[in-house]
Amino acid sequence: MFRMLSVTALAVAASAPLAAIAQGDELTKIREEIRQLREAYEGRIQNLERRLAEAEARAVSAEPGPAPAAPASPGAQPARESSFNPAISLILQGTAARSSRDPDTYQISGFAPSGGEVAPAPRGFSLGESELIVSASIDPYFRGQLVAALTPQNELEVEEAFFQTLALGGGFTLKGGRFLSGIGYQNEIHQHAWDFQDAPLAYKAFLGGRWNDDGLQVKWVAPTDLFVELGAEVGRGRIFPSTDRSRNSIGAWTLFGHVGGDVGASAAWRAGLSYLRASPRDRAFEDLDSLGNPVAQSFSGKSALWIADFVLKWAPQGNSTATNFKLQGEYFRRTEQGSLTYDDTAQAAPQFGAALAGDYRSRQSGWYLQGLYQFMPRWRVGYRYDRLDSGNVDNALVASALGPAVADFPLLMAAYNPTRHAAMLDWSPTEFSRLRLQFASDKSRIGVTDNQALVQYIFSLGAHGAHRF
Amino acid sequence: MRMLCFFLMLAPFSAMAALNIFACTPEWGSLAKELGGDKASVYVATTALQDPHKIEARPSLIARARNADLIVCTGAELEIGWLPLVQSQSGNAKIQAGRPGYFEASSVATMIEKPERFDRSMGDVHPLGNPHIHLDPANIAKVAAALGERMSALDAPERAYYAERTSAFVARWKEATVRWEREAAPLKGLALVVYHRDLSYLVRWLGMREVGSLEPKPGLPPSTAHLSELLARLASDPAKAVARSAYNDPRAAEWIAERAKIRLVVVPFTVGGSDRAKDLFGLYDDTIAKLLEGAR
Repeated sequence: MFRMLSVTALAVAASAPLAAIAQGDELTKIREEIRQLREAYEGRIQNLERRLAEAEARAVSAEPGPAPAAPASPGAQPARESSFNPAISLILQGTAARSSRDPDTYQISGFAPSGGEVAPAPRGFSLGESELIVSASIDPYFRGQLVAALTPQNELEVEEAFFQTLALGGGFTLKGGRFLSGIGYQNEIHQHAWDFQDAPLAYKAFLGGRWNDDGLQVKWVAPTDLFVELGAEVGRGRIFPSTDRSRNSIGAWTLFGHVGGDVGASAAWRAGLSYLRASPRDRAFEDLDSLGNPVAQSFSGKSALWIADFVLKWAPQGNSTATNFKLQGEYFRRTEQGSLTYDDTAQAAPQFGAALAGDYRSRQSGWYLQGLYQFMPRWRVGYRYDRLDSGNVDNALVASALGPAVADFPLLMAAYNPTRHAAMLDWSPTEFSRLRLQFASDKSRIGVTDNQALVQYIFSLGAHGAHRF
Repeated sequence: MRMLCFFLMLAPFSAMAALNIFACTPEWGSLAKELGGDKASVYVATTALQDPHKIEARPSLIARARNADLIVCTGAELEIGWLPLVQSQSGNAKIQAGRPGYFEASSVATMIEKPERFDRSMGDVHPLGNPHIHLDPANIAKVAAALGERMSALDAPERAYYAERTSAFVARWKEATVRWEREAAPLKGLALVVYHRDLSYLVRWLGMREVGSLEPKPGLPPSTAHLSELLARLASDPAKAVARSAYNDPRAAEWIAERAKIRLVVVPFTVGGSDRAKDLFGLYDDTIAKLLEGAR
């Protein structure tokens, strides 16, 4: 601009009727003035250019994020309205399964039913849950994510819907809404990223598949080179082992800690200890008495669950492309203490005809261990062993000779240790598609072996979010 | 005046604490060391033997990112499979996208191979262009200037130190670039089979000619069908050599080298990919030496 002005000034000056001014010194004077004018302008222009360059440098160093690749790349795309759309991904899943026992009759003997989706895959062709995942940064301080599951029964289920802080700093992160809890290892992993089609028995028995309460989570990462993460959650306690109810306080809470690190370049590990505390009220389920008639039972009291978990991943030189190995295991231990009611009044000819109540205490445990080996690109084999220990059950109703007997509690007092072997082979043409073959010999039900076989597909469409370790 | 007081207060701390830098890949780690000297402590998240597309958000990375003042990554979605998780789980506000502590090298580089159509049927395409930008020396110079500026901004009391090291590095780099271009003159027009599109910038810089890639589509492992088809194509349009990066599975490249009777060149790809590639200069020296050997 200024340069242009000075050029114009020069041109005007040059076209002035110089001939009229005969005196040479006059001419010199004018030339001198023009020179001064030009110098002054050039000085100001240089000054402005310098300031502009400085301002640009500051702008670049202050706002790096939003304009990646854009400034340097020729033909940068113009901003569109859709540029701010959240990342959307969709997971399509389905199975074709056969099993020697009807999945509709599935139960885990020795354990109170969790009410979750714990049954094996339905017989025949069946759609799995289609997951819709939408996530984005909300502003510089928060990000948000929704995971909605469209169930094969045509229902919409909110698995996760949470906000998470980005700017607390000091290693702190706050999460709020409904989210997969940080307890254990597998709990926080979305179902489509599991290494087997279904959850370990321990997750089925103690958490109804997973723990995703409504509440708040605070996490802190320690400022150490060893990964140390501590977390706590408070929530509504809306699902098993808790029960949802209307009250002005916390329904369930958790504490968890994880440590992790690398062993050389090839291996990485993480181990953790977690605690979940819930206070279920009238956690009801149905069982059959010794005569095979339905009885309504319910538990009220305290439920405390400990989980110890570890995972180890290995790949030659840390390059997992060709081969890699993953070993994962978790141990669960739960104590429940409170009262149990036994109500057979709904029967036409009840044995007792009353709602009986008595003290109840159980100490139960379970664990699983699984190994996954990618023996060549795209192909993995895996094996998992599950075992539950129905442990000690003190049931005051049985202790009194007049009440129901052990045989009237086939579920709670089965004194049975369910086990399961599962093996799988999967093929992933790309990271967006996976086909899986899985066999299991499931002894969840007392005295019964359920042999299951299934083929599963998992496809991922759209933006593909990062997977957890 | 207030500004000055602020810096005076800050000075003793920053004198004690070096600038903590988390580099996503070895090339940026090496660059950060060049520019930061003893004022920067650099952690490199990955090695040259790891496929940069297949990194996991390991606990150790979260722990290191927790304390970082600056993370230096490629961007252009190269780290999309792990970095967002590391950022969100680190609880470190400084390194979130959009903050000065988050530096994307691709933001100042000239990108090539921008797809015109985004569809996964074309393989694992990167919508913002080929992210393997560091094998074009002009990009390294651009990234160095921007990174030096960023380090100065984050550690203002040491501004002069970073500025001096940056200009010294860029000067040495430009000198070396001239030398490399002279040395690599015989590579002009060299017909080359590559493994993945990770050498595209190198091919373009040295005027080589890419006649095929072992991957049927970006990100897909080489298949027998594709390799046979490539072999047939090489009969009519012969290549002089097949090049793979240090982290690639050796088998496919060996197969084609043997069948097509062409030389196999293993380039370090990034710092640490070979014994000679100890830093960025060594990386380029060794890459050109290996290619020249392959072109003989």
